[in-house]
Amino acid sequence: MSNKVVSDNAVSIMSYSDETKRFLESAGASEGCMVTLETDGQTYSGKVMPHHEFSAPDIVILKMKSGYNVGIRVGPDSKITVTDRPVDHERKEMVTEEKKGLPTIVLIGTGGTIASYVDYRTGAVHPALSTSDMINAIPEIREVANIRAKVLFSIFSENMDVCNWQALADCVAEEINNGADAVIIPHGTDTMGYTAAALSFMLGDVPKPVVLVGAQRSSDRPSSDASTNLMACAKFCTQAKRAGVYVIMHDTGGDDSFAVHNGTRVRKMHTSRRDAFHSINATPVAHVDAAGKVEIITECRPVSDGKAVARTAMEKDVVLLQFFPGMDPEVFGPIITGAKGVVIAGSGLGHVNSNMIPAIADAVRNGTVVVMTSQCLNGRVNMNVYNTGRDLINAGVISVMDMLPETAYVKLKWALANTADAEEAKRVMQTPLAGEMSDRREF
Amino acid sequence: MTEHKLTCGIEIHQQLDTKKLFCSCDSHLCEEGHGSCYRRLRPTTSEMGEIDRAALAQFQRNLGYRYQSCEGTSCLVELDEEPPHDTNAEALATTLTFSEMMRARVVDEIHFMRKIVVDGSNTSGFQRTALVAMNGSIDVNGRDYSILSICLEEDACRKVESNDAEVTYRTDRLGIPLIEIATGPDMHDPEEVMEVALRIGTLLRATRRVKRGIGTIREDLNISVPGGARIEIKGVQELRMLPVFVENEMKRQNMLIRVKGILNDRGTVPVAFEPVDVTNIFKTSASKVIKGALSDKGKVIAVRLPGFKGVMNGDNGTLRLGAEMAQRARTKGVKGIFHSDELPNYGIEPEFVDQLRDFLGMNGEFDAFAICAAKEKRAKDALEMAVIRANEALVGVPEETRDPLPDGTSKYSRPLPGAARMYPETDVPPITITAERMQQVRDNLPELPEEIEKRMVSQYGINGQQARQIVREDKIDMFETLASMNGMSSVAATTLLNTYGELETAGVDTSVLDQARMTELFTMLSSGAFAKEALPAIIKEMAQSGNGPKAAVSKLGLEAVDESEAVAIIAGIVAERADFVRSKGMGAVGPLMGPVMGALKGKLDGKRVSDILSQEIKKIL
Repeated sequence: MSNKVVSDNAVSIMSYSDETKRFLESAGASEGCMVTLETDGQTYSGKVMPHHEFSAPDIVILKMKSGYNVGIRVGPDSKITVTDRPVDHERKEMVTEEKKGLPTIVLIGTGGTIASYVDYRTGAVHPALSTSDMINAIPEIREVANIRAKVLFSIFSENMDVCNWQALADCVAEEINNGADAVIIPHGTDTMGYTAAALSFMLGDVPKPVVLVGAQRSSDRPSSDASTNLMACAKFCTQAKRAGVYVIMHDTGGDDSFAVHNGTRVRKMHTSRRDAFHSINATPVAHVDAAGKVEIITECRPVSDGKAVARTAMEKDVVLLQFFPGMDPEVFGPIITGAKGVVIAGSGLGHVNSNMIPAIADAVRNGTVVVMTSQCLNGRVNMNVYNTGRDLINAGVISVMDMLPETAYVKLKWALANTADAEEAKRVMQTPLAGEMSDRREF
Repeated sequence: MTEHKLTCGIEIHQQLDTKKLFCSCDSHLCEEGHGSCYRRLRPTTSEMGEIDRAALAQFQRNLGYRYQSCEGTSCLVELDEEPPHDTNAEALATTLTFSEMMRARVVDEIHFMRKIVVDGSNTSGFQRTALVAMNGSIDVNGRDYSILSICLEEDACRKVESNDAEVTYRTDRLGIPLIEIATGPDMHDPEEVMEVALRIGTLLRATRRVKRGIGTIREDLNISVPGGARIEIKGVQELRMLPVFVENEMKRQNMLIRVKGILNDRGTVPVAFEPVDVTNIFKTSASKVIKGALSDKGKVIAVRLPGFKGVMNGDNGTLRLGAEMAQRARTKGVKGIFHSDELPNYGIEPEFVDQLRDFLGMNGEFDAFAICAAKEKRAKDALEMAVIRANEALVGVPEETRDPLPDGTSKYSRPLPGAARMYPETDVPPITITAERMQQVRDNLPELPEEIEKRMVSQYGINGQQARQIVREDKIDMFETLASMNGMSSVAATTLLNTYGELETAGVDTSVLDQARMTELFTMLSSGAFAKEALPAIIKEMAQSGNGPKAAVSKLGLEAVDESEAVAIIAGIVAERADFVRSKGMGAVGPLMGPVMGALKGKLDGKRVSDILSQEIKKIL
């Protein structure tokens, strides 16, 4: 197990003015100190809090005895005295014994809202709660499985990149091959769909459940959806006995219904709701209810004792483009030609404006694989219906049926890196590997 | 220095009449809620990485919450499905203005906090609240009272119903801005408490941005007497009841101090909780309560209370520790307990009480006992609470939070909360308050009520009592609009005070009589569209039918008559009574006013009618 943790470059912008910084430093008034602050004829007592990113540069934030934070402006005539210094409390690490007969679930932490917490001493919000903290906050999960936790990254998901996907896939395979019965990956929600798709292709026929889970409300809030989502993951992993890569989140705004989504079909469809994740062009794989009962909706692979293999190679030069009216070939032509692979989220059945077609045809002739998806998200691409579509087919653009643009993007990166040439990559793109596309959609 | 017989501080929560504090929802209450979003609230880990065990136990009991939405008054923000928007500017401005009126020091930067509340009344599990100003003071009847803090915060959900597993809340009230004002513990007399609360309420209303009506202002009382303890009575809605609550609480604390003295004199020691199953004794009891419990597979459980005789209910009902014990026991879901000071009673016959006393061996001078008939676990839990409460009486008055009851007494609610757990609300940016902004606030302070009264007396020529009533009933804007029309000030005052008052007394809803309609009505009046005498009838018609002034006037047929038409009618009446007129001379004007006004049906101003009548009489004399 690697101990190296990748973190966001979290240099907080402590935007004090130079004078304020000197004022605090000269008195040794660092964060967490109890101070008496005299300014403008008033005397305040409180604990020095971290400076807020949006606070004025001459404001010192104090936590009063009542618990309230207030910002006090300091000037040349202000006086500050430290009356007490913070004592570092040693946090108790909960040691729990493994229970015989329970399956083993490994939690691999990556960061995100689900792992965000408030530092109760200073009141600052940190992006990283250790995975074991997360588990300790849900003692009932240990009734279901023996939990081992590790932190691989501590980053918000918008900062995830291909290297993170690769490290994550390797780590999952290693844990499964070391005996894990399931892997749960707490993850930021913004790009959780991309990571889920990447793991789906990289891990192929992984023999155990690999479940990504997030939270739309951070874990430090009583109303956080983190714990109920995690509990639903544990129930699904231990009861459903289905292998594959999944995403589990709230199915409604309430804490009593959870959806299990196929990792290649799922998309964040709302900026803030708990039920932001939807399966697109497919039904969820399963539901979990408040009592933890799992109902399978779509049959999928049962777990097995095979080994997990991570094929993590990814092509770097792939772009995802959203078509828009007036898209200019002079701007986008070079981008398309310069890439090894391009996924276009076209309009409607899979269209771009006529002006773009020659540029696309040039790129295809030049060896670029161009894949058409639809920005409608719902429904299948069909380029046979209109002239523009037929022209795109003639230009060499391939369709991937009802695959999500983001999933197509991830798959194309993977296909180009794991095949011998563009033609084989195209064939791979048009062959379902992880439930990412289908030719049937029921009404 | 003499010790005060009472020390009291108040906390006032006043709803503001703006949109909600962190979203654009309207801030009124709704008759109905729809939907039922199920949520859990999980206790969060403490600074030590530990979870509060009591809170976790509550969570593990699977208590859940359901939230109803309301059209127009709740959105994704209330449902905790969307982060809060920017702080409502009007609510903040009102708080700054009020802070300045309280001569309080506004902080230089306002930081909203999350105050953890896990009873479900906030969907997020916390209340957003910010300390806006400190160290203020208020002058009431020539005395200075300190204002410790002024906060701006969100109101909570309303509880709709609850059962063992779920509490249902409506989210219409959640997020309504509240100003919270905490006074120092400076009040020493029950009436004084009300005076201070009244004055703060008046000043709040002077901002003209506060809601009116029952439930829009709520007071918490912090009360202690010498030798007693700090008791919080939370959520009193009626100001005039404040002295009653204070007096009753003083009585209660002094009673408990007496009980403590009696128990200590006797040498009573804390009682161990040892429940005894006495169901067999009561098998044949005819008591409804006992029979009901036993038929529901319940038991009768007893506890010994050596040393507590006569203080649970004694000295002619002035010692009432038993009521305290019963209130505490009820928190465990039983209907009540019976204690030996009140038995035999409630259908429990003397022979059962004697048997029980013998069985428990409680025959000593001060020996007592209590019983509870319910399901075994519940009965035992309830009696344990009763014993704990009895033992607390040996020490004195336990600190607690109490709920106000309609009769002016209060009942046990929960122990006083410890220091609030407060964390920064990171979703709401801090608000820097500049010196320029505060100067602007100072330059635009609202007129104080007494200033408005004085001005209205001198500006509009109404009397002081009318001015006071207009201010008290918050009809200032409407009065000034109507009174500023030429010669209308006295009519405006009479209308807004007397006519409205009569309608309200008669149970007519006057809310349709808004400023726009009244302005239209008074414009019609000043242009002579109808007679002044017809005003009350027209207003009544408007209030009852919901019609505008034009429709009301025409429906009542009160359009003013043409003057020549009036002259003709009056001349006719004078001619009919020519003999009478000749015999009385000008003295006939008075007696004829009645019939003339009747014939004109109030369509012409009385003064004008009298003039015409005089002219017509002169003609035939």
